[in-house]
Amino acid sequence: MSELDEVLQEFLVESYENLDQLEQDMVSLEERPEETEIIASIFRTIHTIKGTCGFLGFSKLEKVTHTGENLLSLLRDGHWKINRPIADALLHTGDAVREMLGHIETTETEGDTDYSDLITELERLQKTGGLEDGSSEVEAPDDQAMNAVDATPAEEAATEEPDDEASELAEDLDAKSEDEAEPATQEAVETVAEAAVQAAESAARSVAPSPKAAQAEQAQQRAADAGKGAAEQAIRVDVGLLDKLMNLVGELVLARNQILQYGNSQQDPIFVSTTQRLNVLTTELQENVMKTRMQPIGNIWNKLPRVVRDLANSCGKKIRLEMEGKDTELDKTLIEAIKDPLTHLVRNAVDHGVEGPEDRLAAGKHEEGVLLLRAFHEGGMVNIEIADDGGGINTDAIRSKAVRNDLITQDQADNMGEREVANLIFKAGLSTAKQVTNVSGRGVGMDVVRTNIEKIGGTIEIQSRQGHGTTFRIKIPLTLAIIPAQVVTAAQNRFAIPQVSLLELLRLEGNEAAHGIELIHGTPVYRLRGNLLPLIYLNHELGLPQKEQDPDNPIVNIVVLQADERDFGLVVDSINDTEEIVVKPLGSELKGLNTYAGATIMGDGAVALILDVIGLAQRAHVLNEIREHGASSKDDLAGEGGERKTLLLFAIGEGGRLAMPLEMVARLEEFELERIEQAGTQQVVQYRGELLPLIQVSSVLGGYAPRAREPHEKLQVVVYTKNGRSVGLLVDDILDIVHENITVQRESDRMGLLGSAVIQGKVTDLVDAEGVIRAVDPSFFAQTESAIA
Amino acid sequence: MSTETQYCTFFLDNDFFGIEVSRVQEILRYQDMTEVPLSAPVIRGLINLRGQIMTAVDLRERVGLPPREDGKRPINVVIRQKDGGVSLLVDSIGDVMSPSEELAEAAPENVNPRIRALLQGVYKLEGRLLQILDPDKLMEFEGAAA
Repeated sequence: MSELDEVLQEFLVESYENLDQLEQDMVSLEERPEETEIIASIFRTIHTIKGTCGFLGFSKLEKVTHTGENLLSLLRDGHWKINRPIADALLHTGDAVREMLGHIETTETEGDTDYSDLITELERLQKTGGLEDGSSEVEAPDDQAMNAVDATPAEEAATEEPDDEASELAEDLDAKSEDEAEPATQEAVETVAEAAVQAAESAARSVAPSPKAAQAEQAQQRAADAGKGAAEQAIRVDVGLLDKLMNLVGELVLARNQILQYGNSQQDPIFVSTTQRLNVLTTELQENVMKTRMQPIGNIWNKLPRVVRDLANSCGKKIRLEMEGKDTELDKTLIEAIKDPLTHLVRNAVDHGVEGPEDRLAAGKHEEGVLLLRAFHEGGMVNIEIADDGGGINTDAIRSKAVRNDLITQDQADNMGEREVANLIFKAGLSTAKQVTNVSGRGVGMDVVRTNIEKIGGTIEIQSRQGHGTTFRIKIPLTLAIIPAQVVTAAQNRFAIPQVSLLELLRLEGNEAAHGIELIHGTPVYRLRGNLLPLIYLNHELGLPQKEQDPDNPIVNIVVLQADERDFGLVVDSINDTEEIVVKPLGSELKGLNTYAGATIMGDGAVALILDVIGLAQRAHVLNEIREHGASSKDDLAGEGGERKTLLLFAIGEGGRLAMPLEMVARLEEFELERIEQAGTQQVVQYRGELLPLIQVSSVLGGYAPRAREPHEKLQVVVYTKNGRSVGLLVDDILDIVHENITVQRESDRMGLLGSAVIQGKVTDLVDAEGVIRAVDPSFFAQTESAIA
Repeated sequence: MSTETQYCTFFLDNDFFGIEVSRVQEILRYQDMTEVPLSAPVIRGLINLRGQIMTAVDLRERVGLPPREDGKRPINVVIRQKDGGVSLLVDSIGDVMSPSEELAEAAPENVNPRIRALLQGVYKLEGRLLQILDPDKLMEFEGAAA
């Protein structure tokens, strides 16, 4: 590799670029076969590669490109029209060239692959034009004549006298077409004649003071022709150099932050104004250096038309690929990182999303499916959408599959919204399994797609309407190197939280701070707009001392974060500024800690740790185990028999230990005994402006020894809500919330009980909450049902 | 090896240690550190070394000595690692020495095996022993990524 000389290296780079262009052109040519400009562009591409490889002595490569070029020249001259066989053959030519270039890059030889089949096919197409009946008797122009046409004028002009060359070539061609093209039809003669004229023209163009200048002019001409007129204004720069620049700018940003902070305490007007100038310049420099690394997303999209075309053809589908926002730019490293996930999503959409033509027609859609790629900037993030108008995701099938694979319980499945179900396809257990159904089998590797996108700080979500299509929406940051972050403090330590995962900031004061946080058996939660937000205390999680609350003026600061689509609140001592931070990796001796994503240097020069929101959530068990990555969670799911459920444990009477599924619990409440009032025969409590009927669970179930109540003891109430109606179940103690495999040991025939199981090593009765309610108020469910009817 | 190896030497209490000079990047006076909660106890924090973030390892803790007296500020010996560097916190710095190879010996068998694993050998200098630490072994402790 290191021996590759510069010329060869340049040839490879240029050829790869040309090939990318070729593939795009081929696909667009199939759509718009009349556009001669596209054919001309393809012709130029192949021709350039051929010319250079002849010069470098790669004869096999030359032979393949040469044959391809012959076919192309027939297309260009309108001799044949583009059709599937021709397009396939030409694309294969591109593949073959790519393969050989790969060999050249690694071994400096063209490799041993035999391309004679391809060449034969190309030659056959020259004769038949891909029309199987061979309707045209036209013989392709003689090979030799074509050879003459294809001699690259520039090359030879460089070695011979330009004037003579032009006339010689023209003469030569004339002679040949007279002598040897006789059996060919008029058309063929015209082809050759035209080519000859063109060759003569370009040779004449190269009449210039020195052969070198002629060559340069030619190259320029070619660049201009290809619409790359910017050649003089652009240079190639090593990506390594750009990376280094970016690192330096990152350091500069940190130094700037430090000076700004110091400057705030200074009076000297010159110093202050210079600092401000430095600030502005640094920001501008940062933006511009970032721009040098920006690439339009079109660079990776350009490969997709080919992918879609080939895959659609092999599935027998008709799919049109549309793209919007090709020019949307993002950092090169991010472009690289999303390439594979994006390709995967597009393949999936073609393979499983869009239906076959018959199905589409039957569903009243146009037989041609549309796959829309859209990219745009929004709120400092890049949004990419992949939308198909296919059958959508069959959520029922996913539900049952997920339940069968023990990813979720039947209850969970029943209570999940369509969107939640659709999101199940990102789960490892589901996606590594076989296809769910033909329609909704999007699965293989979807967890990898999500992992890859999350790795670069992005998110992916899915929207699907059955019968109308599926849309994947990816959001990724513009760059990874410098990110905005929220700085918080816990026990005098500062921590940075990437703003991507931040939802909102809450500050509880006074009474709200003292009583706003409730406990579900030791687990703190906060009611945020009617939903329970699990809380994590940063000090506690990191083993830092707790802050002493000022009893007169208590304050609680909560940072609401999102990890893996799960919201939770992080309680911190104080919330500071937001700052642009440069992410620096931690040493290997700290890699084992998943609570930190890295470290950064703050404005005052001190180091601050960057919190890894997902790692923190996992550590605090806010994330459901099934959401954790990979096989480990699957293993312990499969480890024991029985059903895995999240249960609320509570106590009734002396020694009565009961459990009910947590999904059935709307809220947990505490009421003073005094607040219980009587409405008819029913005990009620005023609750949120309504009357909440209460049911004494122990009296319904019976058989539990009543417990002596202390005066002023608070009553524990489990609120059950269905269709807007609520009922409170009075229990004596809330014990715990457990997530366990439950095996019902003994079925129960007692009313209101499902049976017993061993939970946390103790016998626990499973309560049939709905049965209990029905026993007291038989109309509860009937009413709710009629209410919605 | 014809030439004698040079060692950067330092003290922890009265124990005299050395690390091959080629592995030492620089010596720094005390730097402010940022604690890393949940990390292994030998990790004292992170320091900002001209924009590079370095982990500071308390060598006293590593070799099983009692904690440094309050108010005594350690000195950073920054050593080069495969992936960057790490700072060792020591009590005070000695000279760079190149003791004669004839004075070298392996650490005796009865030294605490936990400490012995860290030692490349011992030089019997006049009046005191110079214990040579293996910088790579130093970084192999519980909580460090494999």
